[in-house]
Amino acid sequence: MKDAKQPRRADESGVMDPFPHMHPLLKKNYGQWDWHDRPRPGVLHHVATSGDEVWTVRAGTQRQMDVHTIRKLCDIADEFADGHLRFTTRSNVEFMLTSQDKTGPLIERLNGAGFPVGGTGNSVSMISHTQGWLHCDIPGTDASGVVKALMDELHHEFTHEEMPNRVRITTSCCQINCGGQGDIAINVQYTKPPKINHDVVANVCERPAVVARCPVAAIRPAMVNGKPSLEIDETKCICCGACYPPCPPMQINGPDSTKLAVWVGGKHSNARSKPTFHKLVVAGLPNNTGLAFTRHHIDDWRGARSSLNASTHIHF
Amino acid sequence: MSKRPHETPLLDQLEDGPWPSFVSGLKQLASDNDKPYANMMKDLLGQLEHSYETRMGYWKGGTVSVFGYGGGVIPRFSEVAEDYPESSEFHTLRVQPPAGLHYSTELLRNMCDVWEKHGSGLIALHGQSGDIMFQGCSTDNVQKAFDDLNKMGMDMGGAGPALRTAMSCVGHARCEQSCYDEVRVHRKIINGLLDEMHRPALPYKFKFKFSGCPNDCVNSIHRADFAVIGIWRDNIQIDQKKVKEHVGRVGRKQMIDTVIAHCPTRALSLNDDDTLDIDNSSCVRCMHCINVMTKALSPGKERGATILIGGKRSLKIGDQMGTVIIPFMPLETDEDLDRLFELAETVIDFFAESALEHERIGETIDRIGLSNFLEGIGVDVDPNMVRHPRTSSYVRTDDWDEQAQKWFQRKDATVE
Repeated sequence: MKDAKQPRRADESGVMDPFPHMHPLLKKNYGQWDWHDRPRPGVLHHVATSGDEVWTVRAGTQRQMDVHTIRKLCDIADEFADGHLRFTTRSNVEFMLTSQDKTGPLIERLNGAGFPVGGTGNSVSMISHTQGWLHCDIPGTDASGVVKALMDELHHEFTHEEMPNRVRITTSCCQINCGGQGDIAINVQYTKPPKINHDVVANVCERPAVVARCPVAAIRPAMVNGKPSLEIDETKCICCGACYPPCPPMQINGPDSTKLAVWVGGKHSNARSKPTFHKLVVAGLPNNTGLAFTRHHIDDWRGARSSLNASTHIHF
Repeated sequence: MSKRPHETPLLDQLEDGPWPSFVSGLKQLASDNDKPYANMMKDLLGQLEHSYETRMGYWKGGTVSVFGYGGGVIPRFSEVAEDYPESSEFHTLRVQPPAGLHYSTELLRNMCDVWEKHGSGLIALHGQSGDIMFQGCSTDNVQKAFDDLNKMGMDMGGAGPALRTAMSCVGHARCEQSCYDEVRVHRKIINGLLDEMHRPALPYKFKFKFSGCPNDCVNSIHRADFAVIGIWRDNIQIDQKKVKEHVGRVGRKQMIDTVIAHCPTRALSLNDDDTLDIDNSSCVRCMHCINVMTKALSPGKERGATILIGGKRSLKIGDQMGTVIIPFMPLETDEDLDRLFELAETVIDFFAESALEHERIGETIDRIGLSNFLEGIGVDVDPNMVRHPRTSSYVRTDDWDEQAQKWFQRKDATVE
């Protein structure tokens, strides 16, 4: 008997070599850069020890891009930037130019094509975000739509450098916080324990794994209506949603229980102070009346006492 | 056969405003009626609108992979497929980009051609781990899409309990502050450990990130299980003539307010002749003064990297940052890189053997204590690993002399 056609065996090539794709001037001066400055918002100017200069124009994108948008960026790169471009970790696109004269026309071209130029220096850069309703299996909200709406509002702050320092915003669609730490983080905060569909738990969920996943040991195996299922100690539950990925019948998200919280003061860089985590400002959004200090601002997780004030350093 | 598009009044609102709209992009794809993905994107828009109406997500996971690999595909099956049948399977292929996210337009156009043929036409550049996310593929087309991408020299990224796709900053390619060759180190480490990426067998995910300096532009302390951050251990390089030019340009007040006063360890002093005095033994290499005075100051000449281990997001014990494990290691020669690779391999092996299921390495360290972790990976203690020494007196010290002896022996060994 003839075997069915074997699928192709992958070439396990790993991380792609960037040098064939890197702008020739960056390749030529690799590891040999001397200094940089920012001639205007959205433009970086780097000078190599060889004397070579490169001007980088940075523009915002929608991250989730259709092939037409990507080809539009390619057309622009072919026209202005020798057929090369790169992306930043915050989904901004960068075009490297060999002459300053090209920056003005490129900026005009990008603006004309709907890509805002900015995101450098003391601006609000593009929001780093997650997948949301478009693709995630456990989201409390959408990500791309939230970010689009916010960046529409922050357009001026992206295209100008008018902040006291860099501002990095993140969003996350659940408390797992895939969006990461930010100067400002806008994250989903669930407010109710999961609703369990006991009819399907036994078939869908590996129950011991779900029990082990709970950060506060609030889940235990139980027989419900004669079926093996799980039950939750709702007084212990912190509504984090950690049980939902391994056990989708433990529905955590819902229109009545998915709220937003705003956190501030996260920082990635080691510049000046050490990196920090963002801190809670306000939860329960929308339907929030203003900024209140509540019992929920006081951390009660492990190590929390180190966040308490043990001094007479008081602000009046 | 082209479908009629769903009404999407809520999504339509996301087409206004100055920021580029992903909804306009999705609609454009849905209207490409001569393309195989048009109907899929019509139903995708319908399901997304349904999410906006009901404020709920409707995707569930499953198992989809390509031949020979156990990971890299994020399967998504619709829970409302009866209403949106064409996008009932909407899987993502996570593909590793060129290190540093450099692209030729040729590569990007080829990616678009493949994804137009086999996928949805929607590509996210990039995901939080640094993957190219080819979003929206039927189960039948996953292998075909991967084959074509793989033939172009692209390989699958990580997903599930495995080594994940790594990220490196722009670094050497366009940054004067870069302290090691990020591309070389990134490719050396990840390509040496590919088996852990393609055939998931670890307790949980494991992420590397490579930043060229302490500005940490790829957020490795927060995000990476294993962060490699460029640093130097000699003196900051200083060009006093350019310091004077800087002071001349911005004025003394601004120089003092924005540079001198911001030094976290008060290692800077402005001399009467407008040159700069740096107490390098007090400097913690935070980068601030170098960031402000890019012409006058630069990292020292003796460069390498600091390694921090254990950064992660909230699940399960809360967000954690990485902890210093190696304060400094040179990354110049092949032997230097071999040493880093050996460390990476040792840590991964320790993780595979010692972590509980679904536990990140930072949680393992939290559970067993740093000293036990160090013993497990064969690394000696160092004062740079702690913010301050122990404050609790509840510690048994009857082997003090023996422990102290180890320190003195190491000291003697480094002097020789």
